[in-house]
Amino acid sequence: MIVQAVFFYLFAGLCVAAAFMVITARNPVHSVLFLILAFVNAAGLFVMMGAEFLAMILIVVYVGAVAVLFLFVVMMLDVDFTELRQGFLNYLPVGAFVGGVFLVELLLIVAASTIGPGAQKAITAPIPPVEAYSNTEALGLVLYTRYVYFFEIAGVVLLVAMIGAIVLTLRHKPNVKRQNIAEQVARSPRTAIELKQVRPGQGI
Amino acid sequence: MIIGLGHYLAVAAILFTLGILGIFINRKNVIIILMSIELILLAVNINLVAYSTHLGDLVGQVFALLVLTVAAAEAAIGLAILVVYFRNRGSIAVEDINLMKG
Repeated sequence: MIVQAVFFYLFAGLCVAAAFMVITARNPVHSVLFLILAFVNAAGLFVMMGAEFLAMILIVVYVGAVAVLFLFVVMMLDVDFTELRQGFLNYLPVGAFVGGVFLVELLLIVAASTIGPGAQKAITAPIPPVEAYSNTEALGLVLYTRYVYFFEIAGVVLLVAMIGAIVLTLRHKPNVKRQNIAEQVARSPRTAIELKQVRPGQGI
Repeated sequence: MIIGLGHYLAVAAILFTLGILGIFINRKNVIIILMSIELILLAVNINLVAYSTHLGDLVGQVFALLVLTVAAAEAAIGLAILVVYFRNRGSIAVEDINLMKG
């Protein structure tokens, strides 16, 4: 039990600290790296809760894809980030006030809330015992049978996002020469060669 | 000392608040705002998984998976829009986004 508490406070503390650094770091590259740290610690929290599959997915998707995407964009854009930090201190008081009020409200709700009596009856897909199925197997058994349509819709969402990102960022520069294979194959001696009659002593 | 549901919900609440605070204090930097949205979605995921494992219902984890998918799609589209915007205007400051006079 004490080990569980130690690891919970380790993961939770690092996660919150990294999230705080994400929003306050001067350099956006540091923000992205702290975002990665926050996600890795959240994955640790997921493992402690017993959702190993989601923890690994969190690392693969967020650290492997989303954070690297952020890093790419931050390094690709040539922006003066110090200029963008102007007004940081102006917004800080009202932001801190709203955030503080919001946090207190949320924590009061969390502290006062209890699980309703109907919650146990409303369970539709109970988690099987760990000896029978691991978390990944149990999730797959539910995801590919009862929620297969949701799974496919998620795939469509990713497809639309991929196509949308490509459509938005793809552009054809007018001055770039490109290879047109059909045109090259269709060349014949008549179109490729021009015979000139050169008289002696004169150029063309 | 037993770590229960309330501890995880408290962590999620703090992360959610930090995400909102990030949107407030980084009003000019779109990249940090997108990262704050990722933090908010992470807090939502922690909430879903905490309730799922506490109540013994797998549906919460299925839904967290879908939220993860939408978060990844949102990041990809948002960053694509950001790149196109930077190409057209040469800046990513939020107050320069006024072409549509909305």
